[in-house]
Amino acid sequence: MTELFPSSVEWFSVITLLWPGLLNTLWIAAMSLILSLAGGVLYAVASRSRFALLRLAMRLWLEAMRAIPLLVWLFLVFFGLPLWAGIDFSGSTAAILVFGLWGSTEAGEVFRGALRAFPEAQWEAAACLGLSERQIYRHVVIPLLIRQTVPPLMNVATRLIKTTSLTILISVVELTKAGQQIIERDDNALFIYGLLFILYFLICYPLSYCSGILERRWQQG
Amino acid sequence: MTALVLHHLSHQKGRSTILDDINLTVKPGQVVVILGPSGCGKSTLLRCINGLEPLSAGSIEFGGVTLHGGSNWQQLRQRVGMVFQHYQLFPHLTVGQNLLLGPVAGQKRSAQQTEILARALLEKVGLSDKYYAYPSQLSGGQQQRVAIARALCMQPEMMLFDEITAALDPEMVREVLEVLRNLAAEGMTMLIVTHELGFARAVADSIVFMNAGRIEEISSPEQFFRQPESERARQFLNKFTDIQKLTRKPQ
Repeated sequence: MTELFPSSVEWFSVITLLWPGLLNTLWIAAMSLILSLAGGVLYAVASRSRFALLRLAMRLWLEAMRAIPLLVWLFLVFFGLPLWAGIDFSGSTAAILVFGLWGSTEAGEVFRGALRAFPEAQWEAAACLGLSERQIYRHVVIPLLIRQTVPPLMNVATRLIKTTSLTILISVVELTKAGQQIIERDDNALFIYGLLFILYFLICYPLSYCSGILERRWQQG
Repeated sequence: MTALVLHHLSHQKGRSTILDDINLTVKPGQVVVILGPSGCGKSTLLRCINGLEPLSAGSIEFGGVTLHGGSNWQQLRQRVGMVFQHYQLFPHLTVGQNLLLGPVAGQKRSAQQTEILARALLEKVGLSDKYYAYPSQLSGGQQQRVAIARALCMQPEMMLFDEITAALDPEMVREVLEVLRNLAAEGMTMLIVTHELGFARAVADSIVFMNAGRIEEISSPEQFFRQPESERARQFLNKFTDIQKLTRKPQ
């Protein structure tokens, strides 16, 4: 049965199978996003360091994430590390690690750009109001950096969520894999993939919608 | 009242000398206009006074405090207001919050009383209805008037104006200069860097003419515009008269 709208659907069994997959997808995405934000700050600060070696290391990190497909990274960590280093990860952990490393460079580039583009004159204006360095960071620099970075970071988040579907290939049962299991059982590919389409859309679209709104509202100053 | 005294002030950037042995005294209530060709160091001089550029040598004395190259400027900045060419209002804050930030966060004054002062200052610059507006909703001239009110809200003893009309459309220059003229009439001590010669003549108690990082002459406006002492000042003024001739219709 491959029609888009099957006459009868066992909603209960579909939901009980998809739900853990959905949670797994969100868990992997959320953990890698947290890693990415922390790693991104480190990446941005290190990229602007006085030490050339540190800057070079960040550059290599970035190019390594960009030049080598994420799927290859997943295989390297999931299949390679146990063989070479005897470190054994679960699929989810390997995924969080790889996506965290990748997201760190993506978020890091956002932070680095915002720091580089930060208007020096705004700092001066705040200093001329007799504010201390700490007060300038708190009242001017950080609010402005948040406005600069939150919209593009939300786009990084949607990309992270979508990319979690790659983990299917290192045997993580996330949303897409859960859907495939239902398809194997019920032979209703069109319906389930249609459902997955809607689910991914419902998770990602609000993020990119908010990102667009915030960008328009914040970047007119 | 507070006087400003600059002693042998110098500023170097790399190997080039931007300011060279500047000596200047500004009396309380005095309006000093600094003129000079582009790149003569007049903006840098204002920025040095507020510690935005480091002093390479010399000192600044203001109201009993003496500052050198390595001093901390935060205390002085709480007593001196500065206005920039490009306004530099904080885009994420409303007009009211822009005015309150320095006094409340920096000077630790009461928010309630400062708000009363802020509203009065906005009224004075003709923007009493913009308290809750964001800078992006205002015209250039309005933003600049808010920037002046923001500096005044610190209740400063002296104001520094760095080419504050240079980025404005001609019709907005007037509204900003009016605010300055009222301030001068109230007895505020002011240092003004500008290219508006007519305004300089009308408002200044004293004209400082700079060239190549040095003060060439200090004169009264009457004398400076009629009969400047230095040759460089004469050339500078002639360029402006040339432009006036150019804009006149041929007979």
